Amino acid sequence: MPNVAEDLVRVLGRERVLWEPEHLAVYGFDGTAALSGEADCVALPKTTGEVAQVIGYAAKNKIPVVTRGSGTGLSGGSVPVPSCIVLCLAQMNRVLELDEKNLTINVESGVVTQKVAELADAVGLLYPPDPGSMKISTVGGNVAENSGGLRGLKYGVTRDYVMGLEVVLANGEVAAFGNKCVKDVAGYSMKDVFIGSEGTLGVITRVLLQLVPRPATKKTMLTTFSQMDAAAETVSAIIAARIIPCTLEFLDRITIRCVEDYAHVGLPLDVEAILLMETDGHPAVVAEEADQMAEIARRHGAVTVQVAQTAEEAARLTTARRVAFAALARVSPTTILEDATVPRSELASMIRFIQQTAAKHDVNVGTFGHMGDGNLHPTFLTDERNAAEMARVEQAMGEIFDHAVRLGGTISGEHGIGLAKKAFLPRAIGDASLEVMRQLKRTLDPDNLLNPGKIFV
Amino acid sequence: MATPEGLHEAAVRIGRSNPQHARQGASTYLKRLDYSVLQQCIHCGLCLPTCPTYDETKLERNSPRGRIALMRRIADGKLAVTRAFGEELYFCLGCLACETACPAGVQYGEMFEHARADIEQAGVMRHPRRDVVRKLTLRWLFTHPQALRAFGRLLWVYQNCGLEFLVRTLQLTRFLPGRLRALEPLTPRLERHFSNALIRPVETPLNPRHRVGLLTGCVQDLAFSRVNRDTADVLLANGCEVVTPPAQFCCGSLHAHNGELELSREMARRNLEAFDLDRLDAVITNAAGCGTHLKHYGQLLQDDPVYAERAVKWSAKLRDVHEFLAEIGLEAPRGSIPQKVTYHEACHLCHGQKITRQPRQILQAIPGLELVELPESAWCCGSAGIYNITQPEMSQKLLQRKMENLQKTGADIVASANPGCSVQLQAGIRQTGSQLRVLHPVSLLAQAYRNGQTGRKA
Repeated sequence: MPNVAEDLVRVLGRERVLWEPEHLAVYGFDGTAALSGEADCVALPKTTGEVAQVIGYAAKNKIPVVTRGSGTGLSGGSVPVPSCIVLCLAQMNRVLELDEKNLTINVESGVVTQKVAELADAVGLLYPPDPGSMKISTVGGNVAENSGGLRGLKYGVTRDYVMGLEVVLANGEVAAFGNKCVKDVAGYSMKDVFIGSEGTLGVITRVLLQLVPRPATKKTMLTTFSQMDAAAETVSAIIAARIIPCTLEFLDRITIRCVEDYAHVGLPLDVEAILLMETDGHPAVVAEEADQMAEIARRHGAVTVQVAQTAEEAARLTTARRVAFAALARVSPTTILEDATVPRSELASMIRFIQQTAAKHDVNVGTFGHMGDGNLHPTFLTDERNAAEMARVEQAMGEIFDHAVRLGGTISGEHGIGLAKKAFLPRAIGDASLEVMRQLKRTLDPDNLLNPGKIFV
Repeated sequence: MATPEGLHEAAVRIGRSNPQHARQGASTYLKRLDYSVLQQCIHCGLCLPTCPTYDETKLERNSPRGRIALMRRIADGKLAVTRAFGEELYFCLGCLACETACPAGVQYGEMFEHARADIEQAGVMRHPRRDVVRKLTLRWLFTHPQALRAFGRLLWVYQNCGLEFLVRTLQLTRFLPGRLRALEPLTPRLERHFSNALIRPVETPLNPRHRVGLLTGCVQDLAFSRVNRDTADVLLANGCEVVTPPAQFCCGSLHAHNGELELSREMARRNLEAFDLDRLDAVITNAAGCGTHLKHYGQLLQDDPVYAERAVKWSAKLRDVHEFLAEIGLEAPRGSIPQKVTYHEACHLCHGQKITRQPRQILQAIPGLELVELPESAWCCGSAGIYNITQPEMSQKLLQRKMENLQKTGADIVASANPGCSVQLQAGIRQTGSQLRVLHPVSLLAQAYRNGQTGRKA
């Protein structure tokens, strides 16, 4: 048993420290393709106190700590660095309080997102952020990555629902930020610093989330297009018509085929693009908006517009969309998912550019994404053992990122930088911004022990 | 009683390297497996919430994604086949819920069988008692149908001559070693007559429209031969001439799932010999666990110089009974069964064969029968072949969960289409003192046909 493991056993007991090769191997990766590492040991704390003890120990002995939840991240954020402790919070999963008077839920960070959604739904409330992996992703991971989802367009992202955080700081001290008050300007809004910090500034142990009343009704529509541009233009036109639907999801031909292969929901296979549109709210508003959206889609060349007849049918469609990324893995062994994001007005241009770039570098790309918020997921279908092709993928990816930035967009809408995109960060945000981030990192984690080597080159 | 903490400890324990078990080996089976099968997993994690073992322990290694990562490492030669790996793969239920959850289409079952074969070949799990039991059951009893039936006869005599009653009343089971003592209540009640005494080799309805072969299974044959008779009745009522070879072999799923791939191939060859495929429209099974395996004969024997082609044809003709009835159009039963019934999904029916609609449709076709949905109907009951024998703690935990869900339905009958599940559910019913009855959907259907003929109500 390594010394570190031996010491941690004293804090957590024998059963919650893992160091055998068969355990370390499986905590060596997350949901990101072609990235892996190996920790010295894995710690499985169950309380904030235990997390604080582990972090305190790591700080004293200058040992790096990589925090993770369920390991579904898509930028390599929780991939272990050499000689680190992996701090897995999956077992720290108590729901502490559901406050129906204040519309909040307080959970430990290992609680699975779906659980929060179900608890809210059971009392007529809604937790809007719904990342693709919500069935298993943890709230802590969602906050650390500031995850988005299919409803970002209308409801925003995880950040918009975090009211408070409990964080174990790099020195092992426990700090709490925020509260149940809608208004709170007592000092800096420090919780916002930790949201999206990818485990590099502190370990999030508890999260106070805001819930909203569940919309009375919703309507889901499936529209098909023979041109990708037409789908993009439909989206721009819907927004321009002052309609904010809760979902405008887009799938291209190759993604449609893969999703249908798995989910068998009857998606048409002979179209270039599908737009999955959903509007929710008051029944009268929903009916009117749905009609308008259908009309706009038709005007922009939609081949078919089909309204889901039942809630089950609607759920089947959105569930099918949710698995798009993993379904694309049917095509080739390595599936590299990106999330370049542009202002909605630039969607058509971005999609055209992705197609041209893929053709230029002779790589296979399937694209889907949250068209309503400009968040696209061009997905490279390749094989990590094919070095030449991987090099072309890298090249195409760089060009796509650059183009997104040129259009006023960003290199990552919702997956984070982690390991996968850190090389692209400097040219995406500029020196001054990057330096502010570095200063913040140095201030909160002077010894660079919390998830070192992530975000920054 | 299995507590979450207890299970967690057990799960971690099996990961500990034990110096007494330093034996390890290299892989041959996983290495030989088409690499694209191993590479298919993109470790997205969508399988995690559907995995019963991960759900209990929240340990990555106890998840499909974790197990696949280990298997890939072993195939890559980066990790040896160790005892810890062996214990992990035997902690897996093989329920295939992960295959249903996987959008990428990972063939977990295929990898799992190869991994267990590697484990047996490396001998990392060897133990004198385990070796004897395996030799006696897998290698002998379940490869010799006559011996199995003779054993079944003995067991039936024991259960019915009063001896078992005496043993249980006098609590003589307390003299058994701990493991066996715990298992004794799981012994299925055997039938007096086996399938060959109940079903003639060829049975023909008045106007035959189809000609099918009927597989009678091994556990099904000993403990549920009446289900086989009911299956034949239902097929006859649906215009099928039923061909049932009196001597049949175990389908080999037991062997394939327990690291004996070669033996399972041998069993497959013998079954291929027992049926004249060209004269049959379909080969019918009523046991979910067997069905999944039987449908894979084509894959299993793909390199067999003699049987490969026939195995492919077999796989194409193999049908689960519910699936087949839905395909040919079910003859509506006229007799009613005014009971509240819930449906437990055998893993190898819903996950292994993706058959979920058809059994429910059959139940709903029965007049008077009220079908109530079972919460978590597709969550493993813990039977998982011989898992309830090899991993009693985890199995018991799953059985409790299943019994609690069954309780919620308020049903009189739980319909289940797999003999392993039925034995497990019956044990759960005895433990909880529930009044539930376990019946195969086809038995209910057969009853409805019978009720229709006599105009009687159940």
